[in-house]
Amino acid sequence: MSAIELRGLTKVYPGGVKALDSLDLVIPDGEFFALLGPSGCGKTTLLRTIAGLETATGGAVVIGDRDVTGVQPGARDIAMVFQDYALFPHMNVTDNIAYPLRIKKVARATRQQKAAEVGARLGLEQLMERRPGQLSGGQQQRVALARVMATQAQAFLFDEPLSNLDARLRLEARTFLKKLQHELGVTTVFVTHDQAEALAMADRMAVMESGHIRQIGTPAEVFQRPANTFVAGFIGSTPMNLLDGVVRGDTVDVADCKVAVPESAEGLLRDGEKIVYGVRPEYNVYSAESADGSLGGTVSIVENLGATYLVTLDVNGVPVQAIVPEGREPELGDEGFAVPRRDRALIYRDGELVSA
Amino acid sequence: MAQATLPPEVLDDAKARRYNADAAGLGRLRAGAFVAPALALISLFLVFPALWVLYLGLSNYRLTGAAAAAPQSVGFDNFVKALTDPEFWSSTWLTFEFVLGSAVIGQVVLGFLIAWIMRDRTGPIKRIVEGLVILAWILPSAVVSFLWVALLDRDGGTLNTLLHLQDFAPLLDHPMLSIIVFNIWRGAAFSMMLYGAALGNVPPSHLESARLAGASGWQQLRDVVFPHIRGHVLTNLLLISLWTFNDFTPFLLTAGGPDGKTEVLSVHVYQVALQGGELGYGAAVSTVILLINLVVAVFYLRLLRSKK
Amino acid sequence: MTRFVLRRIGFYVLIAVLLAFFAVPLLWLASAPFTSDPTYQVRMPDFTSENFRALFDNPYALGSLWNSVLLAAGTAALVVVFATLAAYALSRVRLPGRDALLYTLLLLSSIITGTAAMVPLFQLAVELQLIDSQLGLILILTGGLLPAAIFMMKDFMDSTPKSYEESARVFGATPLQIVRHVVVPLVRPGLATIAVWAVANVWGNFLMPYLLLSDVEKQPAAVIMYTLYTEGGQANIQLLGTFGLLYSVPVVLMYLFVSKKYGFRFHGGIKR
Repeated sequence: MSAIELRGLTKVYPGGVKALDSLDLVIPDGEFFALLGPSGCGKTTLLRTIAGLETATGGAVVIGDRDVTGVQPGARDIAMVFQDYALFPHMNVTDNIAYPLRIKKVARATRQQKAAEVGARLGLEQLMERRPGQLSGGQQQRVALARVMATQAQAFLFDEPLSNLDARLRLEARTFLKKLQHELGVTTVFVTHDQAEALAMADRMAVMESGHIRQIGTPAEVFQRPANTFVAGFIGSTPMNLLDGVVRGDTVDVADCKVAVPESAEGLLRDGEKIVYGVRPEYNVYSAESADGSLGGTVSIVENLGATYLVTLDVNGVPVQAIVPEGREPELGDEGFAVPRRDRALIYRDGELVSA
Repeated sequence: MAQATLPPEVLDDAKARRYNADAAGLGRLRAGAFVAPALALISLFLVFPALWVLYLGLSNYRLTGAAAAAPQSVGFDNFVKALTDPEFWSSTWLTFEFVLGSAVIGQVVLGFLIAWIMRDRTGPIKRIVEGLVILAWILPSAVVSFLWVALLDRDGGTLNTLLHLQDFAPLLDHPMLSIIVFNIWRGAAFSMMLYGAALGNVPPSHLESARLAGASGWQQLRDVVFPHIRGHVLTNLLLISLWTFNDFTPFLLTAGGPDGKTEVLSVHVYQVALQGGELGYGAAVSTVILLINLVVAVFYLRLLRSKK
Repeated sequence: MTRFVLRRIGFYVLIAVLLAFFAVPLLWLASAPFTSDPTYQVRMPDFTSENFRALFDNPYALGSLWNSVLLAAGTAALVVVFATLAAYALSRVRLPGRDALLYTLLLLSSIITGTAAMVPLFQLAVELQLIDSQLGLILILTGGLLPAAIFMMKDFMDSTPKSYEESARVFGATPLQIVRHVVVPLVRPGLATIAVWAVANVWGNFLMPYLLLSDVEKQPAAVIMYTLYTEGGQANIQLLGTFGLLYSVPVVLMYLFVSKKYGFRFHGGIKR
């Protein structure tokens, strides 16, 4: 098991497109690490560059204490699960799992036994003779996992490991994957475009945008204190309210209402400064009665999220969203008020979080 | 971290290219070795002959005799000779008739007709008709040529027996018409399958909305079907013209006769160069064939590109 | 109502005419091999085996079929091996000048036909002493089929995901191991398609063996078939029927096999 370190990693494609722009990142030994971002942000390129499937234009990839930047993918002591799993369709499950051992010239009997062991651990005993085409998506994923486990590599790389599964199976696989990684304790980097997946599984994560890392942190840090408006808009199943405002002493003018300056920005703002006031709908407390420092308006949309409701208020022409528990949802056209929690609201200056 | 103090560096070329970035890590050297045997065979037996034919066309090379031992350059004499030779022009005209009659008109119309009347059918009639049409296409040319010789024979031919005709010898009396009809029969399958595939790609909703608007069969064909398959028609025309133009099968039916009435260019080259031994003159005619092929092929490739 | 009936009648008349046009020339091949003393005329067969006995007694007939098998198998093997190697390299590695090369190949395969190149090919064969050499003919046929084969094969490779190879590569397989363990098994249907296509082309080819093989013991069935009905003044009708049938059956079986197993994949140039 090894840590992974990237130093000034840069990838420029022949056409001149800069897919990775001088990235620095340290992933400690044994961590389950997510690379999150919208499509085209460079997260898959980064994973493939760590694997060696793309050659770096500049910078270095260090696995353990070995600089592997110029080393063949097969000699980096890593294993990878591809988005489509890349199970060889002409081999049965046993041969697929045993393939890495076959390359390492392990004797046939030994590698079959090893494949059987790993397969059994992932509940594949009954399927060892089947071809990948005869397996369900979830079973294929487990075969792909068994195959990387058989390698006993220093680190695992997963490219969108859940995207080929249907929605219900995805939740199940999420739990399974997280449990497996913790049991194995192998440093694992996975790529996803689904923020919920990253929040749920990762120990830590990096949020990427157009070749840059915009924030690194634990899921809680990234969710509660997005470092910039890009991350704030990308993370969370309902996007954060990002409202233009002007600082007036210890209040902020937002949509012709006055709200209190959040705790995190106390003493860091200048009077009259233009800022963006951010608060997640989950931290926006809804009430039917007016209160100090509330955003008041008319209820324009009510969306059912299951146990909660997402209420959109029209506050003097500015839409503001709040989460309301079931049974307390308002009617369309009602007068409503949202009070942002001072300990959770955030201030962004020029797109970056204002904090001590 | 033993190397934690290493500064970020820009890789020099040597380091970046230490291994190969293609999917299997093959690398240019090995890739070159993979391509080499195929390229060698293609160069020797396809490209070289094509260039050689240009050189031959400028020489007085003969199969036998003094000119065989020491061929000399004769400039454009062979081309001048060909272009002033009435036999060359008659042969060119026959080829034009053959391509126009059998491919451009015959195969296209018949192929489309079969594809159109079979478009929504299933069952034995479709299978039998299509099976026979394809059978005519896949059987070896030496076999089908003989079958037509037997069919059209003056004395005991099946055609005369069926029609109760006597002494009707199509291969002697109407040789050009015979090879045209033969080639329609032989090649309709390709057009049928291509149009069948093309018609399958016309969205049924378009046809239905035309029918709902009260369009007649002909109007549906003109307004809905044709705009969809226009590209296929052009592809089909170019390919079958090219193939028919280069087809040597008429030789198997009539050997160019009687009296050179079916001596299309492909047969003409054979007769002049390999039977008559005038390789230089034959090469000049081959060059003309190559040039015509080139024009059609370039046109076709441009069409393919514009589609992408 | 009458209009509908007329349309139906018209339709069936059309079908009948089409069936007659395509079936009548073929009738002879179905009847003559099984008819005693066959003539050009189609007669009800009396299911004699006499014609087949005559065929087996002929010194060249069976030999020529064997020659056809040799030529077709040899050419198909070379075409499949060389086209696969070249197509793989061209599909996966950005060789300098690759696009120009592919375009040239496509152009060459359509313009340099047997007709256009028969004069220089004949001469080349004379110079290289490949006249009357079956191996020489195989090489020449291979050269002619390779461009189109590379093109079809590259299409096949391009539609195969790279992740299989990359996956094997991350596990440490060498490039040649990847080709052997992963690529070849993955494109097996493509290999079969190219092989069948090459066999069909060579099996029916008349011009090249007619030009380049003058020894009757080496000639394939296409040339012998032609000799049987043109040479010696009178066509040997008894042999032509059985021989034509035996020579045709493999192509039909191959066609049925391919269309059953792979469905008929519409490659623009599956047959030329």
